[in-house]
Amino acid sequence: MVAELLLDARAVAKHFGGVKALRDVSLSIRRGEIYGLIGPNGAGKTTFFNCMTGLYVPDGGGFIFDGAPLLADAPHQAAERGIARTFQNIRLFGNMTALENVMVGRHVRTRAGVLGAILQNATTRAEESAIRQRAIDLLHYVRIEDRTDDLAKNLSYGDQRRLEIARALATEPKLLCLDEPAAGMNGTETAELRELIDGIRRDGTTILLIEHDVKLVMGLCDRVAVLDYGALVIEDVPAVVQKDQRVIEAYLGA
Amino acid sequence: MKNWLNPRSIFGITLIAVALIALPFVAAMGGQAWVRITNFAILYIFLALGLNIVVGFAGLLDLGYIAFYAVGAYVYALLASPHFGLHLPFWVILPIGAMVACVFGVLLGSPTLKLRGDYLAIVTLGFGEIVRIFLNNLNAPINITNGPQGITLIDPVAIGSFKFSGTTQVLGYSLSGPQKYYFLLVALAILIIIINLRLQNSRVGRAWQAIREDEIAAKAVGINTRNLKLLAFAMGASFGGVAGGIFAAMQGFVSPESFSLMESITILAMVVLGGMGHIPGVILGAVLLSILPEVLRYGVGPAQMALFGKMLIDPESLRLLMFGLALVLVMRFKPAGLWPSPERKRELQGDA
Repeated sequence: MVAELLLDARAVAKHFGGVKALRDVSLSIRRGEIYGLIGPNGAGKTTFFNCMTGLYVPDGGGFIFDGAPLLADAPHQAAERGIARTFQNIRLFGNMTALENVMVGRHVRTRAGVLGAILQNATTRAEESAIRQRAIDLLHYVRIEDRTDDLAKNLSYGDQRRLEIARALATEPKLLCLDEPAAGMNGTETAELRELIDGIRRDGTTILLIEHDVKLVMGLCDRVAVLDYGALVIEDVPAVVQKDQRVIEAYLGA
Repeated sequence: MKNWLNPRSIFGITLIAVALIALPFVAAMGGQAWVRITNFAILYIFLALGLNIVVGFAGLLDLGYIAFYAVGAYVYALLASPHFGLHLPFWVILPIGAMVACVFGVLLGSPTLKLRGDYLAIVTLGFGEIVRIFLNNLNAPINITNGPQGITLIDPVAIGSFKFSGTTQVLGYSLSGPQKYYFLLVALAILIIIINLRLQNSRVGRAWQAIREDEIAAKAVGINTRNLKLLAFAMGASFGGVAGGIFAAMQGFVSPESFSLMESITILAMVVLGGMGHIPGVILGAVLLSILPEVLRYGVGPAQMALFGKMLIDPESLRLLMFGLALVLVMRFKPAGLWPSPERKRELQGDA
């Protein structure tokens, strides 16, 4: 039986010295939904992300993902379990081509080791061409196929965002976490991004979206959680969250 | 996939093969010393390619690489010399040397996993020195390495009764020891180059490159950075170990002196000067930096005599001066190396 919950965060706490970045945050993401995480600057959104993807070790609480606990301090295992992410300040492999970036994303779903590489046996060659084909398909999927052989760092800002999403999708995630994907985008680009995210969800991937653009979040997400000063304020459907007095205060200042 | 069977590449491969076969005989016209210099150039290709895996592919700055060369050389020396009375055949010792060096690679790699850049450089530098000092002092209380005197009378490479030292008649031609070693070295070099090329364009090679570019992003896409860094150290070290074994057999003598920090730096200079991460560039760097000092050694003295009629500057110091100057000039005018990979070239132009 497949549980309805994909991710269950239980009382996750994280502090940096005296600063309590996360205060016992509990929230849950259901399969197939687009889940928004919003909050003012410094509310702890990215910290939450980093705890979940294993970059930070939480000081308390933990995560149940897809029916089993996530190990802390093991980022590569998070990817193996099916959590992929993008970064707020884009982190691509700048001096590799767009295609190579996505091919690296296939690493966790492929097997070839040193011996296979040296011997170039049939299995390795087949795997290698499958990696390449999948990467090409993903570049088409995010519509930057015309930049295939360009170095990642020479791509435009919007294309870099798309490439980062393609690389994350290459790991075949169950949960795709996007950290402020619309930051710095104009209206048209945001609309295109929205279409892309919606498409990814339709194709069966659950999405966690951290975003500043409240309009985008409210229009796109099925449910939204609001963080303020490291604590969860509310978790509900956008219509309810929008009208919540505490949320309005957090954003506008009391 | 490239098509290797088109007429142009067949012609190219034939040309290179003929040149490689003719080289030791051409070099011998200038004396056997030049054949030996050629052999050392190939040995440096091994070392530079091994270090290139660590520095060029995975982006881990290693200043103690010579330690693995030393380990390989001493493994060979101890297992094939009167020192312990052991005389194992080379095809047994070379894999053992590679394996022991590989273990040392992991030993160096594991405590330095969280270090990068200058911090890593300092630790590896220390590691290289530790190995050399150990070799220097492991003659008491039990004499293992024979200390600074080194180990002498090391067996040459031999296949059956065919020895690679001394002159033999092959098909009516007389082949000197260095010439025979030359062909052994070329065969191994081709093998090592193929391994390197295949590694670079593989899943593992891409993962190394990803770690070099952005370690956090590499972790986020599921790359086990710890294992892959250790793998880079281990692979690089085993190439060093093989090179060391051949070195010991070729020289018949090893001592800690051969494994100084200066050697590590020279090999690093080969990698950087040739074109970090680009295999043809690294080979070019290794050949140039190993041949150039010798050319200067033989050329500087006579050139001064011809120009000024007397020795103005001691040839030995002038040689190092010109060598240094050449390095500075290359780095000034070709910062990506003499023969950089197309990507790296674009990368430096893109930043300008």
